[in-house]
Amino acid sequence: MSGEVLVNANPAIRPVAASSSGSSDTVVEARGLGLTFETNDGPVRALSNVDLTVNKGEFVSFIGPSGCGKTTFLRVIADLEQPTEGEIHVNGLTPAEARRTRAYGYVFQAAGLFPWRTIEQNVALPLEIMGYARAEQRERVHRTLDLVNLAGFEKKFPWQLSGGMQQRASIARALAFDADLLLMDEPFGALDEIVRDHLNEQLLELWARTDKTICFVTHSIPEAVYLSTRIVVMSPRPGRVTDVIESPLPRERPLDIRESPEFLEIAHRVREGLRAGHGDD
Amino acid sequence: MTAAADIAPATSASLLQRAAAGNTLPILIVLGALLLVWYAFTVYLNAPWQIDAYARADTPWTAADLVRDTMAQERPVLPAPHQVAAEIWKTTAGTPITSKRSLFYHAWVTLSSTLLGFVIGTALGVLLAIGIVHNRAMDKSVMPWVIASQTIPILAIAPMIIVVLNAIGLSGILPKALISTYLSFFPVVVGMVKGFRSPEIIQLDLMRTYNAGGAQTFWKLRWPSALPYLFTSMKVAVAISLVGAIVGELPTGAVAGLGARLLAGSYYGQTVQIWSALFMAAALAALLVGIIGIGQRMVMARMGEKA
Repeated sequence: MSGEVLVNANPAIRPVAASSSGSSDTVVEARGLGLTFETNDGPVRALSNVDLTVNKGEFVSFIGPSGCGKTTFLRVIADLEQPTEGEIHVNGLTPAEARRTRAYGYVFQAAGLFPWRTIEQNVALPLEIMGYARAEQRERVHRTLDLVNLAGFEKKFPWQLSGGMQQRASIARALAFDADLLLMDEPFGALDEIVRDHLNEQLLELWARTDKTICFVTHSIPEAVYLSTRIVVMSPRPGRVTDVIESPLPRERPLDIRESPEFLEIAHRVREGLRAGHGDD
Repeated sequence: MTAAADIAPATSASLLQRAAAGNTLPILIVLGALLLVWYAFTVYLNAPWQIDAYARADTPWTAADLVRDTMAQERPVLPAPHQVAAEIWKTTAGTPITSKRSLFYHAWVTLSSTLLGFVIGTALGVLLAIGIVHNRAMDKSVMPWVIASQTIPILAIAPMIIVVLNAIGLSGILPKALISTYLSFFPVVVGMVKGFRSPEIIQLDLMRTYNAGGAQTFWKLRWPSALPYLFTSMKVAVAISLVGAIVGELPTGAVAGLGARLLAGSYYGQTVQIWSALFMAAALAALLVGIIGIGQRMVMARMGEKA
């Protein structure tokens, strides 16, 4: 990838590769990123001057109160929103180009399964769109449903599954086409605590097994600390990054790590960061 | 046969239970009430003419005579239900289907243009809705005309359509069918525009993250989302297609079809014939709507709708 870019004579692309620190390892790179929505009540600054680099294999959580732009940032990475200032690159490409190369899988707040498709048909949806052969589709659907512990539910329709299972199916759908980057927008926000714990554990397991890069939006401090290798604390009006916390926790994390002093210390720092961001209103 | 006879009592008992438990019983009660009201009006509305007839013939009469005779008039103001039933029986079961006196024959004439008009109207409606949903200019320009088209009374425009189409050499089933089309495309356009726009933003965003093309988004998301709307619109559309076909038969001096039967009935004061044609039209509409309902249930079951 980097070699390709280095020999590319196109000056528009060259600076990207040159500026990024260790270009092949950088998945998301934002420089001075800003986004202003034009609304009927005047402009709203959803994001302001965001600098951030996400490296390959990281699990980065974005945490902050509502209106801090964490979802907007994720949507900018996914080319679902267009930034109005600064620049952002995904795998060294613009978000639009990255989207066209199907660089990421996106998990929304709601499962958003198509109610007229069975679970396996829902997981096969991106594969159909991307033109995978039938046999390959079947194999991938089988593999990813296994990965999220939904084997045996292939023929069920979404309404026959619980909310947590539906969200797992939507994660399988995002994993099915093997994008290296997983963008998750409060995927477990609507679920109860017990189911959420369980899914958090499974998500870590899945991340360890698949070596994906995950950007994860949440407003739960324990969830962010438990899952992440890095926590990005954001604050609203305008949405900006106030703190970036590297987690010293090991990659392997049993659920009871949440009782450990290290865990509580990070959680405390995140809480402080959130409070500082709130100080101005 | 004997086996059938053996299980018959059990079946009828359960039928009765089902009738009592479901909505069959209420329907039967309402039907009975309607029949009673109808009979009452038959006597009331036909009595003046009957009393006149007694006076002219100088016949003495009793109340019982009056009730009996008002229900057996040749050209009553309001025929009794059993007169209509007898007429329907005579002109369906009692007449060969190829005869011009057969109600089935007339029903088929009307049905054929109804179906042709309905199919064209549904296709037109779906195509217009696709255009409206995908094209801003069409959204702005077409929709007002679609609505305006339905403000013109069909009785006014139907003869014009027939005359104009005849002048350019189109006759037979097509002009009538086009009147059905004119009426039936409207609920389909309105329903399908709503249906194609019914996917949630999250589902449309999802398709975007897959870099899905317009055609893929349409076939994998918009079309399945719109199917429930399609069936509901089609139920309305097929019923007014029938109205359109009947109206189309009125001004043309058509010799066949339920509309022609209605017109002929009113020329000659054959109220029994008018009522039997009306009932046939109603039965036809119920049948068509019922068939679409069955289709709807089958498709929705395949699409995983909760039973």
